[in-house]
Amino acid sequence: MTAVKVSTKINGDAVDFVCEPDETLLDVLRNRLGLTGAKEGCSTGDCGACSVTIDGRLTCSCLVLGAEAEGHDIGTIEGMAKGEKLHPLQKKFLEHAALQCGICTPGFLVAAKALLDHNPRPTETEVRFALAGNLCRCTGYDKIVRAVMDTAAEMRRA
Amino acid sequence: MPLDNTESQTRKFKVVGTRPIRPDGIDKVTGRARFGADAVAPGMLIGRILRSPHAHAKIKSIDASKALKLEGVKAVVTRDDFPDKTDGDAALYDVLYNVMAREKALYEGHAVAAVAATSASVARQALKLIKVDYEVLPHVTDVDEAMKPSAPVLHAKIFTDGVEPKPKKASNVVRRYEFGHGDVDAGFKKADVIVEQSFKTEATHQGYIEPHACLANVGTDGQGELWVCTQGHFMVRDTCARLLGMDMSKLRVTASEIGGGFGGKTTVFIEPVALALSRKANRPVKVVMSRDEVFKATGPTSSSSIDVKIGCTRDGRIVAGDATLRYQGGAFAGSPVEFGAMTAFAQYDLDNVRAIGYDVVCNRPKQAAYRAPGAPMANFAIESVIEELAHKVGMEPIDFRIKNAAREGTKSSYGPVYGPIGLLATLQKAREHPHFRAPLGKNQGRGMACGFWFNFGGQSCVTLNIGVDGTVGVVTGSPDIGGSRASMCLMTAEELGIPYEKVRSVVTDTGSLGYNDVTDGSRTTFATGMACILAARDAIKKLCARAAQIWGIPEDAVTWDAGFAKPAGGNAGNFPPMSLKEIAAQAASTGGPIAGHHEYSADGAGVSFATHICDSEVDPETGFTKILRYTVLQDAGKAVHPSYVEGQFQGGAVQGIGWALNEEYIYGKDGRLQNAGFLDYRIPVCSDLPMIDTVILEIPNPGHPYGVRGVGETSIVPPLAAVANSVSAAVGVRMCETPISPPKLLAALDRKSGMKKAAE
Repeated sequence: MTAVKVSTKINGDAVDFVCEPDETLLDVLRNRLGLTGAKEGCSTGDCGACSVTIDGRLTCSCLVLGAEAEGHDIGTIEGMAKGEKLHPLQKKFLEHAALQCGICTPGFLVAAKALLDHNPRPTETEVRFALAGNLCRCTGYDKIVRAVMDTAAEMRRA
Repeated sequence: MPLDNTESQTRKFKVVGTRPIRPDGIDKVTGRARFGADAVAPGMLIGRILRSPHAHAKIKSIDASKALKLEGVKAVVTRDDFPDKTDGDAALYDVLYNVMAREKALYEGHAVAAVAATSASVARQALKLIKVDYEVLPHVTDVDEAMKPSAPVLHAKIFTDGVEPKPKKASNVVRRYEFGHGDVDAGFKKADVIVEQSFKTEATHQGYIEPHACLANVGTDGQGELWVCTQGHFMVRDTCARLLGMDMSKLRVTASEIGGGFGGKTTVFIEPVALALSRKANRPVKVVMSRDEVFKATGPTSSSSIDVKIGCTRDGRIVAGDATLRYQGGAFAGSPVEFGAMTAFAQYDLDNVRAIGYDVVCNRPKQAAYRAPGAPMANFAIESVIEELAHKVGMEPIDFRIKNAAREGTKSSYGPVYGPIGLLATLQKAREHPHFRAPLGKNQGRGMACGFWFNFGGQSCVTLNIGVDGTVGVVTGSPDIGGSRASMCLMTAEELGIPYEKVRSVVTDTGSLGYNDVTDGSRTTFATGMACILAARDAIKKLCARAAQIWGIPEDAVTWDAGFAKPAGGNAGNFPPMSLKEIAAQAASTGGPIAGHHEYSADGAGVSFATHICDSEVDPETGFTKILRYTVLQDAGKAVHPSYVEGQFQGGAVQGIGWALNEEYIYGKDGRLQNAGFLDYRIPVCSDLPMIDTVILEIPNPGHPYGVRGVGETSIVPPLAAVANSVSAAVGVRMCETPISPPKLLAALDRKSGMKKAAE
């Protein structure tokens, strides 16, 4: 197989990489670029642990080839805090104890941010359906939903 | 160990019971936390495992010569690389056999060979070049079928233990257990009402989101490093060293952050394979399982088949309880049927009780512990029958349970007499809870159940280092699976009398601390937490001695009070209190570093009870069940960090809801798993659920200085029955099998309407 050269933006920075044509974006992020915040929980798009955004749209990076990222803007968990300043979702997840083991947390944060970017006033039902593609086995989702609702309320006040 | 048993009743806590941010929080919300698959090493190879496509087959030969010739392949291991060094330890031999198949492959997914190569794609190609010659054998995957005399026998060496006379013919029944007391037959003679029913539960997987992963690095000098996601890295070290003939202390194991375990990461699967590959290739080797491998080759829990008979008097007093439980534990001995039989009736005060358990093997993956292993299935059966009995005698199920509930002084169904326990408190609180009186609509029902778990203590070793700036590092060897670092910091800070923010908790590697048992049995906050408290007391003794030295007074003339050394009384001298920070600052000139330490095997884990209330709505057209409202009331002894206690209640309840409604291992006629992925093995998602309300009760455990009880496991025990009882209340059919999936529920509704029509 001939390796492919790809030019992207990742978390706002220009990033070029070379990958095999059958390599997923998740593999590229984790194994070639050292961005291990996105996790592989299933590699079939069922668990959402590998959630990233592509041009602002929520995507399972295990279902996209690295080569397909050419020319696109990728957003990962590593780009969520701005310097020392955590995103309000990151703060609220900590305050609400919305994580136990933490393996699903990057995916949930990326998915929740994608929701709030489009819908600043979600109902509980909207939050639950927006996050239905992300599996968490520890929390039963209660504290995650509360953290997202509380973040939305706080961001509206700001 | 002497403990002041009254202290936990009267103590006013300053730090314990608050809800600070966890110390590892920032790492986990920024993607910085390093889990099993996140590690790399220079020159690292990728290892992959070849697995049996057959449920049961003799392995006649394995030819890896073509794979070895493929460019980039650095090592291949097979059964020949795992000689038996288990020295007659049957359980360890089973682990060895499970790690790499020997004369037979015993289930679909059983490892038969492994390769290490320069890339994942080369490793994948190499697996295809390994030729395994199988002779396929008849298989069995159902527990009741596996017990029949005609069933294919997995192991020629299993002759049922615990029956007289011992059978002369090998079978799949490993052992018979019996627990109980009194005279069950005499008890049933006093019964006015008897309910007898049979139940089945399907196997479910722990479903942690992080697949097993490790990075092994073994040198030619016999020294090795292993990075691994596990609930117990000391267990991994000892097990791997024994299987591979390494010196334990030369293998240093570091626990990564762990992405869930729930009992499933309390044994080894890929770790000895990665070490063997690394040793053979003389290079670091990383092995990460796929989700398919996790489902097919790691521990689900047992499936079960259970018969229950309970009798009571007209006024609702149980006079006898009898249960027979059959659990298959996959291809090797050790299903948790013993715990099932012990816990089945543990929530009741019974004069006559018996529970018989059969441990059975069949052609499925070796079961692994799953949160209160063995208890949820037994509880499902018992608490369903309790509900039926209550209805038959015309009592509210909650009143029936209160009337028969175990309390302090009750001789438990598994032997010991209970000390102070919280079952009645959870039932009384449940009755007062607004959930209990909330109105219900059409096709909606309310169910409840009570559950029990033993909890465990075990070995812990803790070192507590005091910095010269007055900050404290508490070093444990218990992997933090759900926020336990925060609890360790809280208890250390409480005991020393310093702020939470001044303490950092570190989970260290096996080379840096004495042995610590696996994070299981809800033991960490109890046992490792108590070791933190006792290490703090050890440090306080030394801090007092340093203060005595500075003041020039005898050591026993100094006491510790809320973070300060003080002269014990007027006669001791008149010195202003000296803070931990002030004493620590002078450490270098008063005798050097100040550290506390404690190592022990903790007894006194307090049992924990819970009551769950569930409202559900059934769609009679589709058979779909929606959980509308759910409340968990559980005794925590003392909630160290209440948010994470609530989290344990909620997480366990939701795993139980998944078990009750959706989750199951589905086998084809060929003995192969049909749903080895998260699409078809459906764990609950966010949109399936309501908020999970929690009520924390605190009935102090006399075995812990702060009254702490383990909380992690009890919460998965009652949900199967609570959900089943709510469905039964909603549509009037008793569901005796889990999962209560739409096809099963529709069939039950059809049977009910068929019976109705026939009656008309």
